[in-house]
Amino acid sequence: MENKLIVSPSPHIHGGDSISKNMYGVLIALVPAFLVSLYFFGLGALIVTVASVFFCVLFEYLIQKFLMKKEPTLYDGSAILTGVLLAFNLPSNLPIWIIAIGALAAIGIGKMSFGGLGNNIFNPALTGRIFLLISFPAQMTTWPIVDALNAFPMTYTDATTGATVLSLMNEGALDKLPAVSDMLVGNMGGSLGEVSALALILGLFYMLWKKIITWHIPVSVLATVFVFTGIMHLINPAQYADPFVHLLSGGLMLGAIFMATDYVTSPMSKSGMLVYGVGIGILTTVIRLFGSYPEGMSFAIFIMNGVTPLINSYMKPKHFGGK
Amino acid sequence: MAKLQSTLLNMFLSLTIICIVAGAILAGVNMYTTGPIATSKAAALEKAIKDVTPEFDNKPTEDVYMAVTGDGDSLKIYPATKDGKLVGAAVESNTKKGFSGEIKVIVGFDADGKLLNYSVLQHAETPGLGAKMQDWFSTDKNKQSVLGRKLADGELKVTKDGGDVDAITAATITSRAFLNAVNRAYSAFSGTDGLTGATSKSSTANTREEGGKNNE
Amino acid sequence: MSNLKILMNGIINENPTFVLLLGMCPTLGTTSSALNGMSMGLATMFVLLCSNIVISALKNLIPDMVRIPAYIVVIATFVTVVQMCMEAFVPVLYASLGLFIPLIVVNCIVLGRAEAFAAKNGIIPSAFDGIGMGLGFTLALTLLGAARELLGTGKLFGLTLMPEQYGSLIFVLAPGAFIALGYLVAIVNKLRKA
Repeated sequence: MENKLIVSPSPHIHGGDSISKNMYGVLIALVPAFLVSLYFFGLGALIVTVASVFFCVLFEYLIQKFLMKKEPTLYDGSAILTGVLLAFNLPSNLPIWIIAIGALAAIGIGKMSFGGLGNNIFNPALTGRIFLLISFPAQMTTWPIVDALNAFPMTYTDATTGATVLSLMNEGALDKLPAVSDMLVGNMGGSLGEVSALALILGLFYMLWKKIITWHIPVSVLATVFVFTGIMHLINPAQYADPFVHLLSGGLMLGAIFMATDYVTSPMSKSGMLVYGVGIGILTTVIRLFGSYPEGMSFAIFIMNGVTPLINSYMKPKHFGGK
Repeated sequence: MAKLQSTLLNMFLSLTIICIVAGAILAGVNMYTTGPIATSKAAALEKAIKDVTPEFDNKPTEDVYMAVTGDGDSLKIYPATKDGKLVGAAVESNTKKGFSGEIKVIVGFDADGKLLNYSVLQHAETPGLGAKMQDWFSTDKNKQSVLGRKLADGELKVTKDGGDVDAITAATITSRAFLNAVNRAYSAFSGTDGLTGATSKSSTANTREEGGKNNE
Repeated sequence: MSNLKILMNGIINENPTFVLLLGMCPTLGTTSSALNGMSMGLATMFVLLCSNIVISALKNLIPDMVRIPAYIVVIATFVTVVQMCMEAFVPVLYASLGLFIPLIVVNCIVLGRAEAFAAKNGIIPSAFDGIGMGLGFTLALTLLGAARELLGTGKLFGLTLMPEQYGSLIFVLAPGAFIALGYLVAIVNKLRKA
């Protein structure tokens, strides 16, 4: 038995430099979406993003320094990335104290309680978002109306608010949906980072090009949602919206490209990633079409995060040289 | 004393005696508490009726009768009379359209069909959201309040559905369900002779077919 | 073991909620406010005390092979008594806890103490064990209820400490119960070991 190999359960911790390299790569991929959100939501987007990043980094530092009593690892960029992703999942008129609570939930509950980066079961930014969504449903579901005509809108908390595409669908008002071209660019209500499908897809190509992620998770999620909603649309077009509308609305793109692909909380093997992606797609569609919440993306990723260890234990990556 | 052995007879006797004693205790407590339980339930109902109707001098809980709603269900109506004249009624209504579980409300109308007050009897809505309905719809702010509304002018609807009642923020489903319960209450009330002003003293189930009198 | 030690054992060393992690269903379900948590704890304590006394008194009259059904009947009787009395005399409390009262029957703490302590000890120590465990449970539920009420609604025992709008609703709902319980267990065990 002296040659026994020790295989620890996932997630595995990477070497330090590769973490920060990948984290900053993801941040670069998020730049186009951030620019679009600045264009549409103006000052609000800036304030929310800066506040979210600031509080995430602050809480990470405080918890590591004073509660865990070890050297803070701020420079790996993971707290910054969590902050940006959290901000992208919030409405641009959210009060700053709510953002601080969200950052505390994301870093404190979602990440540090499990032992820090690499040990967390759930995506920290998603933990923060879901925590806020359940805690402050009123503030979290009133989105400011996109004001594209007024370049760089200066409004923050008093912006006029309106319904999102998904809440319109949930209420059965299919005729009030915006045009697909508007949705592609991002000219609709929503959380600040999720509105522009085009900018997010640009980020996806960058990450694929830099080999930060593989195509398996985003493509399987999007394809599943497309097929599932397509079938429902064919059955009853009056009640279920077009699959293209589903693909472009809500947090689907943002979730599939940036949240579900988080290394720590997604499966390791290619086949596992496909199972994970299909699971997210099915859960998202079920919640959207049959649930009382209009958007199910964050819950779907969250649930599949929980299933990831199980997927990993059934679908191990092939050993080098193994059959 | 030595412990009893697990023979069939011992087990049988021991369990039987324990069950008989337990049964006797429960019977006793039950006898003792039946009265107070009934009284407290009746008191709660009477208080709810009193809260939502104009001043009355009859006993609404004794004059209760059933009335049919627009959708074919039947609800309990507690008529309130003063000096033999109908001044209003409390309608015990419910809806299953809530966010979670049944919502039971008691709604009070005056003789003209104006909504006087209401009280939520039972619900399992989300705390902090739907659970706010007791306060929300009775607070005179913007178009929140349903008090003083005349349902004869049409059903109450939330603004999102083209009505003129502000829904609870982030709890549209609960708001719709609540208004549904109120509308059902009115439909039962207006379907009976409540609106015509003729007082019905009958204490038996006075279920009438609702015809043209229903304002829907 | 002296009676005082038995008492303290239930409150601190073997606290049913924070150390033994028994009876999680009422712990999570009823602690949406400090008052609810405390009432549930007290109701459980009453049942625990009575069942411990009766079972330790009857322990020689109950043959081993039927002891579990016998204990369940005894416990269920007391629970039903509590339920009926509560409905009759404190209907407001019954409205918020009613669903959970019958669950005391299957609360692991009650049957667990009957089996592990009362069936092996005299009446007086069993009574102290019942009180100790009951107090420990009550304390834990009150603490958890207070934390959830304060974080969720900004109130404590119905007293407003901060404006309600700053409360995180999640703590009033089920997920917050798990989160708050997890952190409380961690804090209590950290303090206990220190």
